[in-house]
Amino acid sequence: MGSYVPSSMEQRDEMLKALGLSSVLELYKDVPEEMLVKGGLDLPEGMSEMGTMRAMSAMAAKNIVFGTVLRGAGSYDHYIPSIVKTVPAKEEFLTAYTPYQAEMSQGVLQSIFEYQTMICQLTGMDVSNASVYDGASAAAEAAAMCRARKRTVTLISAAAHPDVINTVRTYCMGSGTEMRIVPAKGGKTDPEALKEMLTDDVAGFYLQQPNFYGQIEDAEELGAMAHEAGAMFIMGVNPISLGIMKTPAECGADIAVGEGQPLGMPMAYGGPYLGFMATTEKNMRKLPGRIVGETVDSRGERCYVLSLQAREQHIRREKASSNICSNEALCALTASVYMAAMGPDGIADAAAQCLSKAHYLAKQLCTVEGVELVYTGDFFHEFVTTMPEKDKVLKALEDAGILGGLPIEEGVLWCATEKVSKAEMDRAVSIVKEVLE
Amino acid sequence: MKLIFEKSAPGRRSQLLDRCDVEQFELPEKFRRAEKAPLPQLSEIDVDRHYSELNTRVHGVNTSFYPLGSCTMKYNPRVNEEIAALPGFTGIHPLAPEYSVQGCKEVIATAKKYLCEISGMDDMTFQPAAGAHGEFTGVMLIKQYHQSRGDQKRCKIIVPDSAHGTNPATAAMCGFEVVNIASAPDGCVDIEALKAALGDDTAGLMLTNPNPVGLFDENILEITRLVHEAGGLCYYDGANLNAVMGVVRPGDMGFDCTHMNLHKTFSTPHGGGGPGAGAVGCKAFLAPFLPKSALMDEEGHIQVRSFEGNFLIVVRALAYLLTLGKEGVPEASTNAVLNANYLMHQIKGTFEPAFDRICMHEFVLDLGAFKKETGVSALDVAKTLIDYGMHPPTMYFPLIVHEALMLEPTETESKDTLDWAAEVFRKVYELAHQDPEYMHEAPHHAQIGRPDEVLAARKPVVRFRPAE
Amino acid sequence: MNFPAELKYSKDHEWVMMDGGVAVIGITDFAQDALGDVVFVNLPQEGDEVGMGEAFGDVESVKAVSDLNSPVSGTVCAVNEAALDSPESLNSDPYGTWLIKVQDLGDTEELMDAEAYKAFCETVA
Repeated sequence: MGSYVPSSMEQRDEMLKALGLSSVLELYKDVPEEMLVKGGLDLPEGMSEMGTMRAMSAMAAKNIVFGTVLRGAGSYDHYIPSIVKTVPAKEEFLTAYTPYQAEMSQGVLQSIFEYQTMICQLTGMDVSNASVYDGASAAAEAAAMCRARKRTVTLISAAAHPDVINTVRTYCMGSGTEMRIVPAKGGKTDPEALKEMLTDDVAGFYLQQPNFYGQIEDAEELGAMAHEAGAMFIMGVNPISLGIMKTPAECGADIAVGEGQPLGMPMAYGGPYLGFMATTEKNMRKLPGRIVGETVDSRGERCYVLSLQAREQHIRREKASSNICSNEALCALTASVYMAAMGPDGIADAAAQCLSKAHYLAKQLCTVEGVELVYTGDFFHEFVTTMPEKDKVLKALEDAGILGGLPIEEGVLWCATEKVSKAEMDRAVSIVKEVLE
Repeated sequence: MKLIFEKSAPGRRSQLLDRCDVEQFELPEKFRRAEKAPLPQLSEIDVDRHYSELNTRVHGVNTSFYPLGSCTMKYNPRVNEEIAALPGFTGIHPLAPEYSVQGCKEVIATAKKYLCEISGMDDMTFQPAAGAHGEFTGVMLIKQYHQSRGDQKRCKIIVPDSAHGTNPATAAMCGFEVVNIASAPDGCVDIEALKAALGDDTAGLMLTNPNPVGLFDENILEITRLVHEAGGLCYYDGANLNAVMGVVRPGDMGFDCTHMNLHKTFSTPHGGGGPGAGAVGCKAFLAPFLPKSALMDEEGHIQVRSFEGNFLIVVRALAYLLTLGKEGVPEASTNAVLNANYLMHQIKGTFEPAFDRICMHEFVLDLGAFKKETGVSALDVAKTLIDYGMHPPTMYFPLIVHEALMLEPTETESKDTLDWAAEVFRKVYELAHQDPEYMHEAPHHAQIGRPDEVLAARKPVVRFRPAE
Repeated sequence: MNFPAELKYSKDHEWVMMDGGVAVIGITDFAQDALGDVVFVNLPQEGDEVGMGEAFGDVESVKAVSDLNSPVSGTVCAVNEAALDSPESLNSDPYGTWLIKVQDLGDTEELMDAEAYKAFCETVA
């Protein structure tokens, strides 16, 4: 019923007539007859806009939106300022293609240039690309950047996000290179094991900071070990934590990557998210994907273009180090607006509140009989506790509109962001107490 | 225009967050960054005005004609944006318990069912976030298939030389040797060249159909049969699916797996370069090799990104499919093809098509003779079109036509817009004969003049740094 | 177009100057003209082995990349850092901007003298 074809039936006939044809099917004369779809596709009748809105709203209504979210594990419920939602919804930003024609795409190009700069400001690195798909694929692309002729092995910490490990493994399988997992001990990467595994065929070592269990790793020490062995050091970082935490640059990372979702993107059942990638000046040309550069136009004015394109697949074809083409430009814009709206103080405040609230939640949960921290190291906004009867506890929380921590083998992985209030956390803890006591 | 950093003033900010209502926890000194992130300091109105000004320097398909060949720039329906912003979709944690995400599951199952029907495939994943990402996933299916059979000698992927650069780049990322085969002059597969390339080391073939010059390869059944007889599999690059939805299906052409660009064919906005979604469909025998999330689903499968992929893009695509339905889907494709043929016909007589025959959803103009005659290049024409408020067609692709301009009007442009576009092309053609010099300098009324790309590449400045 | 008489030339448009047991290699005037504005050069490292007819690096212009094929086999004993820093010199002074020096020479491709190379360029132009 619905259609986005604007030409009237009369106009369509006029066009056919101009072509000397009587039916649109005559346009498909090259398609062998036996292959044509007979009797139409098995799809339902089309709908009006009202009907589509009704059907889709009904699906949305089948989901439960929890008012309080104490779960992270790679997707975080932060406060999203209003302006962060409205700017990327602007018609031109939303419906433009990749900025191939610089003369009519300065808005997109400048916004990417600004995004690249802000990612550098946040991570302390020298250069950033225009984004990749998400944090996991960014880690895989970073591993590929490290490979050299005699060094092809990727080491990855067992305390990294399971989806990141599995994605890096898949990309390594593609290129026919090896990934080895560095075991964790006490919720953190085991330095002794790392030392042993840093053989002379290792290209790069990937460390997540804070790691999957929320623990803060001794990144500088582990990075120095990688460097000493001639390997590159990749850090996967949470961008909000960088409001207060030591930057990848300060930790000696060669490449900083991460999941950009916390920078203003909703959880949205897993996407669209944003993979950010930044590196040192020296490794600039190894970065995959689009990069925007500054130049001047024929009138001598400052302007922006897609630059360093000879690295990319459309020129290098099978010799390109990555096949990436479309990235996550609108998510990069979202992240930029978030960072600009929050500013240096806002992002530091968000990080400090995550830290304080997670520690408050941990302290309160541990007042409950049978609940204690599984790992004792420093943590940022996630932590693991033991939890007797965890299914029952989590269900009780859900019934009260609270999405509790993620049940994992070791217990429950909790998260608190700046968005949760003391009252919400107190309520959650009292429910846990009720169930267990 | 100023950069956002040049508008920053110390001490400016917006109060967006509540005050912290728990006691402050101090991060140990050794984990703290030395200085706050040097992000710009702005009030909300500064941010708003900055991005509003940037937005005036962007050209979107919803605001004006965008005939960028091979990119399928169709109208992006507004209602789909409203649907994708429903809190019942945006507020869902990917690891929330299954009973609480039944709506998301329904979206995915329904979109999968419809897209499998359109592509003639049996199963599908939405994990890939873009077309090239889908290609990587699809070729990894082929790789796993051969490995699962212990067939280790299949190390080559065949790619026609007219293919998009992502095809050979993908095959290489998956560890295959790329065998480039020359296309026939019309961009179709040269059957003899294909036969010569096939062997017991062939892992598969990557192909678009309609091909990269916008023509349907009528030998497609023979092509896929030959590859299968050699023991290889066939990958359908869905870049040109908008020509054939509801008319002919990749699965019926003999392809084993495919990716579909939801951000092209299924109307989701391109956002200035993503996010997209590259849904990968496959025949049943490849389904066991589809990617899964280690955390959401289970270990032991390939995975190309976290969780389920770009879910809100799937939401938009499903809304589009519900609206179009059984009749609307083929109506979109047949009108895309009608529009392309009509526009080609209206332009003919000035700029000449590279292949003077019925095209599919896009066509290539060959400006070789025109350039010899006037000295005006395809680039000059493209830049002149900007002055008329039209986004230029794709330039210099496919590589097998020199001085190529590739136009794809899509079905969402009316006859009136096509007539206007043809008129603009005629004016530009005349201008080239009257004042070629003027066109070498074009655009004259754009945001900027032609940028110095050589300078940008030789002395890369890829971020702002404050003056010392 | 310039074809210095003291140099030898390969079919892949590189010039070679034999300096004792060392081959000094660069790209020709014809090559730089065909490439357009060179924006970046990728070169091997000192100590790397190169094989005759194999790529030892590549040159990038804004919209293209071309392999640099070695006319000799041997070991790279020097790399011109100046060419890496200012690739534009490959356009302005192709014969003054060598790329690599190769020693321990094994095979050498059959090379042309200036006269023959000039004729060769006319056939491919």
